[in-house]
Amino acid sequence: MTYVNMIIIDGLSFAIPLFIMAIGGIYCERSGVTNLAVEGFQGMGAFTGALAATLVSGFFAADSQVPMVIAMLFAFLGGGLYAIVHAVLCVKFKANQVISGVVINILATALTTFLTSEISTVLTGQASNRFRLITSVRWTVPVLSDIPVLGAIFTNVYPFELIIIVVAVIAWYVLYKTPFGMHLRACGDNPHAVDAAGVEVGRVRFLAVMLSGALCGLGGICFAYSISVQFSSAIYMGYGYLAIAALIFGNWQILPTLGACLIFGFARSGGTALTQIMELPSAFTDIFMTLPYVVTLLLLVFFSKSNRAPRALGEIYDKGKR
Amino acid sequence: MKRVNPVTRGILFLMGDEKRQRITIPILAVLISLIVSSIVLLVMGKNPFEAFASFLQGSGVIPKRAYGAKQNMFTDFLGLVDAWTPMLFASLAVAVAMRAGYFNIGVSGQMLLSGFIATVAVGYAETLPAAVAKPLVVLIGLVTGAVVAAFIGFLKTKWNINEVVSAIMLNYIIRYVVSFFVKTAINNPNTRQSWPVSEASRLTLQDVEIGGLKMDIPLGIILAVVAVILVQFMFSKMKLGFELRAIGGNPIASKYAGINVGRSTILVMALSGALAGLAGVTYYLGYYGSIQPDVLISTGFDAIAVCILGNSNPIGIIFSSLLISVIDKGSTYLQSSIGVRAEIASLITGLILLFSACGAFFAYLINRSRQREEDTKNLAAGRQAGGKEAQA
Repeated sequence: MTYVNMIIIDGLSFAIPLFIMAIGGIYCERSGVTNLAVEGFQGMGAFTGALAATLVSGFFAADSQVPMVIAMLFAFLGGGLYAIVHAVLCVKFKANQVISGVVINILATALTTFLTSEISTVLTGQASNRFRLITSVRWTVPVLSDIPVLGAIFTNVYPFELIIIVVAVIAWYVLYKTPFGMHLRACGDNPHAVDAAGVEVGRVRFLAVMLSGALCGLGGICFAYSISVQFSSAIYMGYGYLAIAALIFGNWQILPTLGACLIFGFARSGGTALTQIMELPSAFTDIFMTLPYVVTLLLLVFFSKSNRAPRALGEIYDKGKR
Repeated sequence: MKRVNPVTRGILFLMGDEKRQRITIPILAVLISLIVSSIVLLVMGKNPFEAFASFLQGSGVIPKRAYGAKQNMFTDFLGLVDAWTPMLFASLAVAVAMRAGYFNIGVSGQMLLSGFIATVAVGYAETLPAAVAKPLVVLIGLVTGAVVAAFIGFLKTKWNINEVVSAIMLNYIIRYVVSFFVKTAINNPNTRQSWPVSEASRLTLQDVEIGGLKMDIPLGIILAVVAVILVQFMFSKMKLGFELRAIGGNPIASKYAGINVGRSTILVMALSGALAGLAGVTYYLGYYGSIQPDVLISTGFDAIAVCILGNSNPIGIIFSSLLISVIDKGSTYLQSSIGVRAEIASLITGLILLFSACGAFFAYLINRSRQREEDTKNLAAGRQAGGKEAQA
């Protein structure tokens, strides 16, 4: 396998889960609720997904892929349900949204680490702090994968990449083409107008936060499958914060965010490839991993005028305020 | 006549007025989380009281049943103080920024960079005497943290970049760059961490034998206490503290009142960063003694919630950070004494932080039911008066 192929394959398998997490972040932030909780959402989603996969794995053949589909479904549900905490704190309790996000992350790490050890020890009968998952199959599309260079896009594809793309298209459609999506975006820019139009701001935001958690959860379980084939506290690598960087880079819009995620993904795989080509110690990948953050920071400096956050982002909605 | 529920009345009485609620609401948050944790412990078939006692025993607040050689309650307590010092600094760092209306979410990154630079610059200079090395470590921590955070403040002032966003970016940039150097330049292959720093530069005196006891003496705590007093003094007595609080209250009004908001933003972030830097050196060159690669410690994030629990008030933070440190430090003993996983400590901490984030909501609930109580009273009084009039 050439290095170019490797860069494309690994870049995509990293960028696509990151993309769905960033879409989750966009849903929440476009509704006007600051979302620093992406990290916690994805961890909790990955936990529920991995737990579901572990529980059902006994009913299927050892290499069956059905548990993975079930895991993704439960990750979606788990992330969404956990996001209720953020929604309740931010929308109902009118707590500070940054603080709520930080607390959600701390709690998710603590809760999933604790529960994983407890449950895994009971299930396996020996001390364990992880759920082992089944290695995902990888698909190669016969004819298309033979195209030079671009064929890599169709080589060694994780099934979840396909599922995520479908979900992402739906998410895009809902956000930009449906009345709900319009209400959601309006809640982030001018909640009073939404209220005046007879739509309840709190309800739209609540739902937006839950959807955000669900999408982030989906991203989390994919990382669990692609990076480590297990769930442990190592899932909290900071990719949630990377997704936040991506959505800021993408100016809170879905398509530009996809571009940002692809850049981040290829920067990562490209960095790994470069260290291998130049036979540098693997520690050099750390230097390449700073790229997304440096680039986002520079972008903010040079394009801070055109980079526009939702106008009512982070503001607690107060009906009486004008 | 509608009577007010006596339980509600009792709670309202206990919670007190708005001034007292600053103390009672955090206590309520802690109580609720302890109740929830007790339920978790009961489900696991453990006695919650035994568990909570173990936390206190493990952190040297109350005596254990037995001690190892050269150890007693006091040595355990010093261990607690050792862990508490960075947490206290970090929470204070968050509080200073929070008072002026800013979030310093980058405390963890500032801690790491300060710790790293101090480690490289002083930690391995074996020839430096302790009297030079230790102040130098403190100074480097102070300056590094201040520079990083002032940069965040500068980005905010100059280009209006949200300080939360830039701090997160810097956190990860610092994390990866430091990891790179820890893995390549100063890696101890046996521990996969950085080499431990020299004894002369370490801010916690290791294994000092006094009166037949072996103890770790955290010198940083003296600095931390001084810092608490200084910050408290600044906010309550100095013009600068007043200006910062004014910005936190209403930046636009402060601007019109003639306060240079931009300068104050950078200043307050630098101050917050300096405290974060002190947290960094007391952690990496005090409590821990080396640097782990690929890890951004959670202290800086926990500190945000600890700060909320302590009402962003230096005195309140002493108690809230101590509580979190007791739980953290006592967890190891908990595991050995009643066989509950040490992970439960972070769960309890998480719950405390969760409920303290609900503080504003509790205050809202209390004030609403107080309003209702008064309304009922007024209504009843009105009716009585009306009845008398009718009789007359």
